[in-house]
Amino acid sequence: MVMDIKKVLVIGSGPIIIGQAAEFDYSGTQACKVLKEEGIEVVLLNSNPATIMTDKEIADAIYIEPLNIEVIEKIIVKEKPDSILAGMGGQIALNLAVELYKKGIIQKYGIDLLGTDVECIDKAEDREKFKSLMQKIGEPVIESKTVNNIKDAIDYSDIIGFPMVIRPAFTMGGSGGGIANDVDELKEIASKGLKYSMVGQVLLEKSVKGWKEIEYEMMRDNKGNVITVCNMENIDPVGVHTGDSIVVAPSQTLSDKEYQMLRNASIKIIDALNIKGGCNVQLALNPESFKYSVIEVNPRVSRSSALASKATGYPIAKVAAKIAIGYNLDEIKNDVTGRTYACFEPTLDYCVVKIPKWPFDKFRTGNRALGTKMMATGEVMAIGNNFESALLKGVRSLEIGQYNLYKESLKTVSTKELIEKIELTDDERLFYISEMFRRGFEIKEISSITGIDKFYLDKIKNIVDLEEEIRDTCINNIYKDKMLLLKKKGFSDKGIGYLTNSRGMDVYKMRKKYNIEPVYKMVDTCGGEFEAASPYYYSTYDTVDEVDISSKDKVMVIGSGPIRIGQGIEFDYCSVHGVLALKEEGIESIIVNNNPETVSTDFDTSDKLYFEPLTEEDTLNIIEKEKPKGVILQYGGQTSIKLASFLDEMGVKILGSSAESIDVSEDREKFERLLDKLGIERPKGKGVTSIEEGLKASEKLGYPVIVRPSYVLGGMGMEIAYDKEELEKYLKNAFERDSKNPVLIDKYMMGLELEVDAIYDGEDILIPGIMEHLERAGVHSGDSISIYPAEKICHKIEEEIVEASYKLAKALEVRGLINIQYVLYEGKIYVIEVNPRASRTVPYISKVTDIPMISLATKVMLGKKLKNLGYGTGLNKFKKTKAVKVPVFSMEKLPDTEIALGPEMKSTGEVLGVGNDLDTALYKGLMGANINIPKGGKVLVSISDNYKKEFISRAKDLKNMNFEFFATSGTARLLEEQGIPSTKVSKIGEEGLCLIDLIDNGEIDLVINMPTKGRDSRSDGFKIRRRAVERKICCLTSLDTLSAIVDIIKKDIKIEDIEVIDICSI
Amino acid sequence: MKGQLFFEDGTIFEGEIFGYQNDTLGEVVFNTGMTGYQEILTDPSYYGQIVVMTYPLIGNYGINDDDMQSFSPKVKGFIVREAYEKFSNWRGKESLNDYLLKNKIVGLMGIDTRALTKYLRDKGTMAGKIIVGEMNEDSIFKEIRKFYNHNAVDNVTTNYIYSLKPKLPKVAVLDFGIKKNILDSLIKMNIEVTVYPANTLAEKILKDNPDGIFLSNGPGDPSELNEIIENIKNLIGKKPMFGICLGHQLISLALGGRTTRLKYGHRGTNQPVKDLNHDRVYITSQNHGYVVEEDSLDKEKIEISHINLNDGSIEGIRHKELPLFSVQFHPEASPGPQDTAYLFEDFLKML
Repeated sequence: MVMDIKKVLVIGSGPIIIGQAAEFDYSGTQACKVLKEEGIEVVLLNSNPATIMTDKEIADAIYIEPLNIEVIEKIIVKEKPDSILAGMGGQIALNLAVELYKKGIIQKYGIDLLGTDVECIDKAEDREKFKSLMQKIGEPVIESKTVNNIKDAIDYSDIIGFPMVIRPAFTMGGSGGGIANDVDELKEIASKGLKYSMVGQVLLEKSVKGWKEIEYEMMRDNKGNVITVCNMENIDPVGVHTGDSIVVAPSQTLSDKEYQMLRNASIKIIDALNIKGGCNVQLALNPESFKYSVIEVNPRVSRSSALASKATGYPIAKVAAKIAIGYNLDEIKNDVTGRTYACFEPTLDYCVVKIPKWPFDKFRTGNRALGTKMMATGEVMAIGNNFESALLKGVRSLEIGQYNLYKESLKTVSTKELIEKIELTDDERLFYISEMFRRGFEIKEISSITGIDKFYLDKIKNIVDLEEEIRDTCINNIYKDKMLLLKKKGFSDKGIGYLTNSRGMDVYKMRKKYNIEPVYKMVDTCGGEFEAASPYYYSTYDTVDEVDISSKDKVMVIGSGPIRIGQGIEFDYCSVHGVLALKEEGIESIIVNNNPETVSTDFDTSDKLYFEPLTEEDTLNIIEKEKPKGVILQYGGQTSIKLASFLDEMGVKILGSSAESIDVSEDREKFERLLDKLGIERPKGKGVTSIEEGLKASEKLGYPVIVRPSYVLGGMGMEIAYDKEELEKYLKNAFERDSKNPVLIDKYMMGLELEVDAIYDGEDILIPGIMEHLERAGVHSGDSISIYPAEKICHKIEEEIVEASYKLAKALEVRGLINIQYVLYEGKIYVIEVNPRASRTVPYISKVTDIPMISLATKVMLGKKLKNLGYGTGLNKFKKTKAVKVPVFSMEKLPDTEIALGPEMKSTGEVLGVGNDLDTALYKGLMGANINIPKGGKVLVSISDNYKKEFISRAKDLKNMNFEFFATSGTARLLEEQGIPSTKVSKIGEEGLCLIDLIDNGEIDLVINMPTKGRDSRSDGFKIRRRAVERKICCLTSLDTLSAIVDIIKKDIKIEDIEVIDICSI
Repeated sequence: MKGQLFFEDGTIFEGEIFGYQNDTLGEVVFNTGMTGYQEILTDPSYYGQIVVMTYPLIGNYGINDDDMQSFSPKVKGFIVREAYEKFSNWRGKESLNDYLLKNKIVGLMGIDTRALTKYLRDKGTMAGKIIVGEMNEDSIFKEIRKFYNHNAVDNVTTNYIYSLKPKLPKVAVLDFGIKKNILDSLIKMNIEVTVYPANTLAEKILKDNPDGIFLSNGPGDPSELNEIIENIKNLIGKKPMFGICLGHQLISLALGGRTTRLKYGHRGTNQPVKDLNHDRVYITSQNHGYVVEEDSLDKEKIEISHINLNDGSIEGIRHKELPLFSVQFHPEASPGPQDTAYLFEDFLKML
């Protein structure tokens, strides 16, 4: 090895938020593996416990601590690393590295920053410095200027001309910006923008709207050797964030001249920046000339590099890490071929499509128009040997119920509305465009509205034409040639079935009759030029199959698909650990997944990787080919679990809990019967089919009640109704949307929520720990602050929980994992939910208890017994260490979405606080989640009636902390009664001091807002909460969270006094 | 229309004919470039060959007027997985299909090109025949077995001497099937270029007194070109000399080296080449089926300047005493990366 490095501090990227998903776990994990291979000691810092990089297998010392420089300095003092690697942890880690450098901490301790220098990072990130560097090397950048008034704006328009983009500086939720086509529009938009901007400033930019957005993933080493790993073309033109664009690799519409021109530019740029490692260059290309502009550069590995890595098979993060420790490209072997070097450019002999996964199913009120701010939580990637098949594979990987481009519900949408939607670039534009083709629109017309290249539109139209050809024909009229063509173009059995009014199974049978089966091709970086060793496959309907089927025992693990709210990185952790356990047991592991951001889709994680959609058909095809001894569905969240009954019907062996036990736990009636038999209680409830029935049932149960549709339908989620009026409104709305399916009403028990993750082997249960939620029941468990070990329960309750968990696991015939949620209400425990699968909390509990849950569960599924596995049975003895999981939200990224906590999950990620006492753990957790509570200042309070009494003692605490109160009339009266002075503020539209203005003027430091009825997006409360989030003001919607925070403030913990904890030493 | 690709061992790949409908016989080679099909079609080095593209979507940006490497397509046949008809690019003038049809080049599409590539990789470059329609005769196999890409250079070299952009210095170019972009690259250096037919005698060239001599790329087996090699011997040392691809092989042969056939050649735009003098690796465009054997070179006089990082084969040589160097790869790119364009500057400095 080239540099003398012994101990490296690797900085991770923290919680999953929009714009920063699992890709940095993938890159960080690859980097750590490289360092360890070199015999370098790895000290890891990441606040996110659901990651693989924070595993003992990956690092030598692990700090799950808040990501800030105070903490880093403490770790430096304690661990004395000689180097820091920050380029793998996204923008968060890179910013920390720059800050460490600027504050002189790196210099003070004589530490090397591996990879690209801070000066170079700065040059790439600082808008002005970057611009002047580009001018120096003669690379065009988009002309722009910041102005403070309309006159300057008009003057500048004389120089750059129209159209022109106006972006308010420090913009809130993207408001106030726009594109001006003439002086009048400029005047209008700029004056609005100047008003919206907190600093009265707008950025004027030459519009390149409609230009092609092209990305190059580059790699450069210490000697200056440069390669292009991959180039990618965004189907959506410039103007839609690349994270929200459908992206294709390689570019499809560029001739070699254009390809090489942009490649040359990328090389020139990263040479000038002196990048050492991976780098992403984004360029805008005029579709009518050789004109181009550099958009931006990411001087690090990124989401795009994760995609490029999976799209080509080239291990970008690994190579970047090797370069960071001194290697050069011609010294690094290409793992894929095993014989060539990393210094070459991958070539693809297939087409890759990435489609973002958006959270609008969770945020139904949200504004779905895509723009320059990313809103997707995750993405799927699909590989095909034609564009159509890659696109259709991608669509069905999204798990949005779409197997075709045909969407029945669009038939009733007016053409005018369709045009509006595609002009806005809505997240569902693909389906709207398809519908427009069905209505006879021409490629040319749609291209001119959307700016999408005609090539892609023609390909979409190809699919539409095929769909229309077979729609409403009888399946028996689809002969072998046609069927083969459809399959080649990526049509699924279900999709064909839907169009021909038959079932997917009928198509499956017909396909079998015709002997049409997929074959699998290898992703090998070299287009078949060299023999490859990468066991990485995708399906096509071709002639020659490339998979060698071994005679070994094998087990298939179904992954969890794209990152979304409710199903995050934790399930990738589980899938990967499942694979590791299989390897330990000498079993060949096969993984199927479609998420390019993950560790599970690294081709060296499992023995074989199939990059395929996670649908019934696509997984069954692989099973039929590989004939594994069993399939594990417990680790991939809902994505894999929902395959259970189908695979069971098809005679596939499901390892662990059976399809039957999954069904019992999910079917309300069956589950209730089981609980009755076991004598375990659950909150009383009823399914109702009319408003009257619902009101009657609720009267009997007693308010408040929890209501939810029995069948997930677009537009309705779970809510708490506090009174008849709220319930009536909900029911009315629900039955209007869907009159056939019942609405479920449960007694809402406002008690302490407890959660258990356990392993059951048929005889014994092992419960690593009981967790307690800080927020009372009613807040989704994923959004609650969760405390391990449970603090507030007595020994007797603990025993009851163990007993009930054992009974449930036994009765459900669980083999492997089970997650159970309880509520403790008036001294009794009730079961709220049972999931016979891995849960969100498994990684964190495994880490803090040092019980490798997935490894044990996998071995149990293979027939081993817990008592022989060395971790005991029953309830694990609690550790002294306290761990607090705090959820992290991305609400500011999603305009017009409700932020108040409730029964539906909203958080995108989580952090862990680890301490020797609960207060420290909670303090660290809150700090890690960036919940910065001001110690004093101005607090804006509005509390709904249900919570007013409870709020009083907290109000007194706040007063003692010198908070100045601003309150709406009801709350102000309450405060006055308690002798707490407050300034009365008026509601929106009323005369007087308006609360929105207060927030807008930056006068408020803390907002406490208890949502009232209905959660109407037009309500004042909604607007207050949105404003607060957009202004980055701490906004609390649960009294329990408030209480915890107030208690922590009262303790006056100082960051200087806290100790950083290596979780390997707990 | 159905079409089939036959190999002498009886292997058949089935697809559909596009472009011109006719049978065609040639050496079947694969190219791994993802862009640049137009340059490949018109590169004279592909004379006598049926080219398989490993990238599946070909024709996306159509055919334009600017990217031709010679006046017409030189391949004997073109095999793709999908030939896209409705091209989309501002420079595109006609579709791939129309272009091939117009130039009477046979295309075969709908082939499992990856399987075909792996077949060629395993068996090595071979002759093959595209047959229109369905036919299976022993005579085909006999014909295929007999095929050899003889005297390819004769078919692609210029018939007359011509000069481009009179300026100084002057370079004599021996045309063995030169790509347009090589001429463009020389002209960009402000060099006056005079192009000579491949078999022009040394005396004639030297009489014209150029400042340097350039030996171009071209098709076929270099060891067959005995007269040309002898002729080059008479040029070496007389003037600064630079050769590319076939030119490089011919210089090596004239210096007493040997060439041998690569199993399946280097054809693509992603070949890593190490410049041994500068300890740098460049990504290069390549297109050759023959290579200079390392042990055949007189190391006293000749140094190896470049090697291929994938298989270690010779990619460039430099004479230790004389102003002479040559490279196996294509610094002029088109298609492919332009990372080694500096070699044209090196040549200019010699003049």
